[in-house]
Amino acid sequence: MVNRVIIEPGGKSKKYWSDLWKFRGLFYYLAWRDVLVRYKQATIGIAWSVIRPLLTIIIFCVIGKLLHIQTPAGIHRAIFVCTAILPWQYFSTAFSESSNSLLANSNLLTKVYFPRLIVPASTIIVSLIDFLTSLAILFGFMIYYRFVPGWNVVLIPLFLLQATMMSMGAGIFIAALNVKYRDFKFIVPFMVQFGLYISPVVFSSDAVFKSESIPSFLKFIYSLNPMVGVIDGFRWCILGGAINLYMPGFLISIGISILLVILGIWYFRKTERSFADVI
Amino acid sequence: MEPVLKIENLGKKYMLQHQTQEKYVALRDVITDKAKSALRGGKGKIHKSSEEFWALKDVSFEVNKGDRLGIIGRNGAGKSTLLKIISQITEPTEGRITIDGRVASLLEVGTGFHPELTGRENIFLNGSILGMSKKEIQSKFDEIVAFSEVEKFLDTPVKRYSSGMYVRLAFSVAAHLEPDILIIDEVLAVGDFAFQKKCIKKIQEVSGHGRTILFVSHNMFAIQKVCTTGVLIKGGEVIANGHIENIVKKYIETSDVTQSVYEIPASADSKDLPGYPSRIQIEDGDSNLITEIPVGKIWQIRVLFNLKEEVEHFIIAIGLKNQDEIPIRTFYSKPIDMKPGNYEAIFRSDNIMLAAEAYSLVLGLSSHENSFFYMDNAGKIHISELTEVADDRIVRVSSVGLILNPIEVVINRL
Repeated sequence: MVNRVIIEPGGKSKKYWSDLWKFRGLFYYLAWRDVLVRYKQATIGIAWSVIRPLLTIIIFCVIGKLLHIQTPAGIHRAIFVCTAILPWQYFSTAFSESSNSLLANSNLLTKVYFPRLIVPASTIIVSLIDFLTSLAILFGFMIYYRFVPGWNVVLIPLFLLQATMMSMGAGIFIAALNVKYRDFKFIVPFMVQFGLYISPVVFSSDAVFKSESIPSFLKFIYSLNPMVGVIDGFRWCILGGAINLYMPGFLISIGISILLVILGIWYFRKTERSFADVI
Repeated sequence: MEPVLKIENLGKKYMLQHQTQEKYVALRDVITDKAKSALRGGKGKIHKSSEEFWALKDVSFEVNKGDRLGIIGRNGAGKSTLLKIISQITEPTEGRITIDGRVASLLEVGTGFHPELTGRENIFLNGSILGMSKKEIQSKFDEIVAFSEVEKFLDTPVKRYSSGMYVRLAFSVAAHLEPDILIIDEVLAVGDFAFQKKCIKKIQEVSGHGRTILFVSHNMFAIQKVCTTGVLIKGGEVIANGHIENIVKKYIETSDVTQSVYEIPASADSKDLPGYPSRIQIEDGDSNLITEIPVGKIWQIRVLFNLKEEVEHFIIAIGLKNQDEIPIRTFYSKPIDMKPGNYEAIFRSDNIMLAAEAYSLVLGLSSHENSFFYMDNAGKIHISELTEVADDRIVRVSSVGLILNPIEVVINRL
């Protein structure tokens, strides 16, 4: 007979990935729900996804100015900071939302069957839409400062993909941990806050790698932060020649993103079947 | 016939945690665990140590295509765990289930409803959560809306709905699922009773199309209406399995929550009395034993008693008290002179409809208006919410007063 399901202890469903495809409608509706709900009863609605990063950019511009941090020659500070804040915000909201997603949808986990991976994955969509809207800021700056990006700009989707992989990998890993250990509810906001300071937002990676006062092991640790690769990549795409893409650091960052996805999916799949009992 | 659902030696073990780790255990779980421990004969200590607890043990049965199976058991018997395993929400510890066909489970009404979204949006969201495709939802959309009776509020966020509207909308979505196997857990316990009636009808209709149904409810009336076969679960084990009427009967016999038979123990001084009752039976209009009487259905109370000597001007009386111990009514037999012997007295209900509640029974026997036997709390009669009231003017069956009989209400335009 068609559609036979066998339920056994520890028996991993061989149909998991095809089930995931079968439930793509649910993926779509959960994302749709999050998008609809996000700005309901907010008077200016989706404008918030522009205002929040804009304010952050202004603050970081002021800080950069006060600390006399150099921006690459010929690049206005606002554009320089903007190319870092936008991908950073995308990563940080996607990561925190997805790591909290299982708890937020616990009523679904205990009442209906579907591949659980859909829940953290669908939350990324909201952040993605926010990110795409917030690109308006970048366009605004580019028009205002009459800045035209080079051909590299077509490679942006690649770095967007990398940021998505990172936030998804880390997100599903922490989401699964969060089910059992609520400590991550406190750790995640801290990670996000701290991450902003060690990522090249006000300063450029060039300055770090070329600096003689920073010991080389610290430089290595710095390059382990996969967001360094993503932000440098974004800058390279938009600002072009003014930015040197530091290849070893970039490759490390891609490697770590892939590792995060593998780790996340592995741990998620391992613990998924007990979610309903533990949550 | 080839079974569509085959359960073999299924078991589910939970490790009950230490108290210190319970920070995030929901209050609901604490309560159900307490209930479990209470039902387990007061072994209330399962909470204190990390002990294993078998919610299900060695459960085996088969369900054939088109069967409508009622799963019966008390709170904490393991019914919901069983449904959760069949629905693949949680994993069994041992055993095996083979399912042929598409399963949809309805363990809760309105799973995934979002209060901020409108009725229309929630129909799509909830439908997809229950496993419907967008096309299916679109094609059934009008039917769902019509069934739910909330057309006017379709574009209002459901957080502004009354609880009745909310439940109606939620059930309507679920009622239009078309799986091969439909699993329903206690969802009829909500909503006003006119809608409950409609739901039962809908479930019967759905099952008419050769669909297999697994139905859990505490409402024996609903179970008997919907199901053809049943399994009785007690303490995580299947103790009986067969035709639904037999299973319900067996449940009633083994259940001590509300009974249909109350034995009255002979006390030391009952020998000295001119007569005494031995048992009370709660029955439906056709003299079948019953634990719950749907509102508005005819019931009768049968009292068996014995008279040892001649009793002049004999009266037997039964009183009904509600849960607040307020006397509601008392029924008396006509005074009559009686000869010794074994008797039964049958108190048949009239057309006064009592609200849904468990009423306790007071039993008295008297001679010349002097009571020689009197017993408080001699039994209970449980009038339950789900019903087939003849009178369509009745809107709700609880919290509206003790007597449900409608009166004429005239509205004139001035």
